[in-house]
Amino acid sequence: MFDDFFARALLAGIGVALTVGPLGCFIVWRRMAYFGDTMAHSALLGVALAFLFQINLMAGVFLVASLVSIALLLLQRRGALSTDALLGILSHSTLALGLVMVAFMSWVRVDLMGFLFGDILAVSRADIAFVYGGGAIILAIMAWLWKPLLASTVNEELAEAEGMAPERARFVFMLLMALIIAIAMKIVGILLITSLLIIPAATARRFATTPEMMALFASLIGVAAVTGGLYGSLHFDTPSGPSIVVAALVIFLLSLVSFASRPSKALP
Amino acid sequence: MLKRPEISGEVLVQLAGAGVHRAGRWLVRGVDMAVRPGEIVTLIGPNGSGKSTTAKTAIGILKPQEGKVARKPGLKVGYVPQKLAIDWTLPLTVERLMRLTGTPTRAEVGAALEATGVAHLAKAQVQSLSGGEFQRVLLARAIARKPDLLVLDEPVQGVDFSGEVALYDLIGKIRNDTGCGILLISHDLHVVMADTDTVICLNGHVCCRGTPQTVAASPEYLQLFGARAAETLGIYRHRHDHTHLADGRVLHQDGSVTEHCHPDDGHHDHDHGYAHDHSHDTRHV
Repeated sequence: MFDDFFARALLAGIGVALTVGPLGCFIVWRRMAYFGDTMAHSALLGVALAFLFQINLMAGVFLVASLVSIALLLLQRRGALSTDALLGILSHSTLALGLVMVAFMSWVRVDLMGFLFGDILAVSRADIAFVYGGGAIILAIMAWLWKPLLASTVNEELAEAEGMAPERARFVFMLLMALIIAIAMKIVGILLITSLLIIPAATARRFATTPEMMALFASLIGVAAVTGGLYGSLHFDTPSGPSIVVAALVIFLLSLVSFASRPSKALP
Repeated sequence: MLKRPEISGEVLVQLAGAGVHRAGRWLVRGVDMAVRPGEIVTLIGPNGSGKSTTAKTAIGILKPQEGKVARKPGLKVGYVPQKLAIDWTLPLTVERLMRLTGTPTRAEVGAALEATGVAHLAKAQVQSLSGGEFQRVLLARAIARKPDLLVLDEPVQGVDFSGEVALYDLIGKIRNDTGCGILLISHDLHVVMADTDTVICLNGHVCCRGTPQTVAASPEYLQLFGARAAETLGIYRHRHDHTHLADGRVLHQDGSVTEHCHPDDGHHDHDHGYAHDHSHDTRHV
């Protein structure tokens, strides 16, 4: 069935969704949505550089996204500009740089739309291997990192005082973010990766009572969004990334409705 | 009173001439202090006097720009920070919070919550707790780690007066039972634990130090807080005949539990060691 481009896309999409669940929860808990966006946008610069130096696309994206997050950490430490402004500068300038560089490279044919919004036709067998191999690595590291990362999310100083090494946890988490962006780029597209991280996690919040439960629910909701979105994409001939995000949004809205219609508890 | 454990000579953490410099000014300078197993050290001082900074330096959250900090190798710290806000987006039950940095057993979690009087909240979401309940949970979490050094940054904030007394009793009891060292921060000058071995009065530097009684009488202390503050410094030293449980019931010394407490219901034997020669002014000096 791997011969079928749609089956390949579905398989890859489900792999991505399963992986992003726990990552997306931390993005929501740590209020890093804009940060994730910035890393994702820098992926286009990674694509351009990968073409220029003829290296693997995913490697290029991973390197640039990692460098951007490190640059941000260093700039933040200097404290000259607010994080908000720094993110705005890095996010859009890396995206613009990538676009300009791609335009200069007249010798390569680049499907820009495919990178920005995802392209289900482009998912190869190698991509599926990357999604599941990379996903397994990310989930294994997340399991190992879970306690210190959660502790530093609750309180950085408490984590530091009780030997949880929060700085290391944060740094490793950034690298995992860079990795998932590199892996998910083809399926969801650079511009929309963050929403696949955030919307399922935000939906899961309403049903979860512990962090672990929320991570699991986020993964499952992500799988539903990817499945629905890709079928929609096939049916309506729409780009895969936006279709998946629209599906995620529909699930999110449905969860709101189901809560609003529930009779509110009488006050004791 | 319970017998105090011997304070051993071994030092858990020691600061020597420690100073922390941030954003162009010294937050605190020249601090010498040490906490030993079984010892309670209380830091007091006005807002911005460097109490939290000193405590954070002691446990390695902040690095000093001058002086030295030495910690016992492998020191296990239990920390109750001054401010801790948990975002609504993070679903967290009290039980789950108890296992945040350690791996206490179910029994240990239960015992710690029981000790701080919030066992009935084990399944509650932390965002639904009141300020006082949350402080008790944070204290329980720190205890459940079985730390060598317990660092409590204003642990009774948001707790009502009777609860405050009960928590100070508990802190004394933890020290007596486990022999851990305790570094306590208080801006509440009204109540400094009688169990405190050393009070260090800070105001950007160490103003004065000693037992609660000597600090209250020292001229530096009077200058810093005023004579009126010294008058209201009640060194809390009293015996309990009943405890108000967090669920509203009352536990009497004879072991009975009642819904309310009345002075002549036969359960009482009130004996405060300190005289009520002051009013508890809730305005902070």
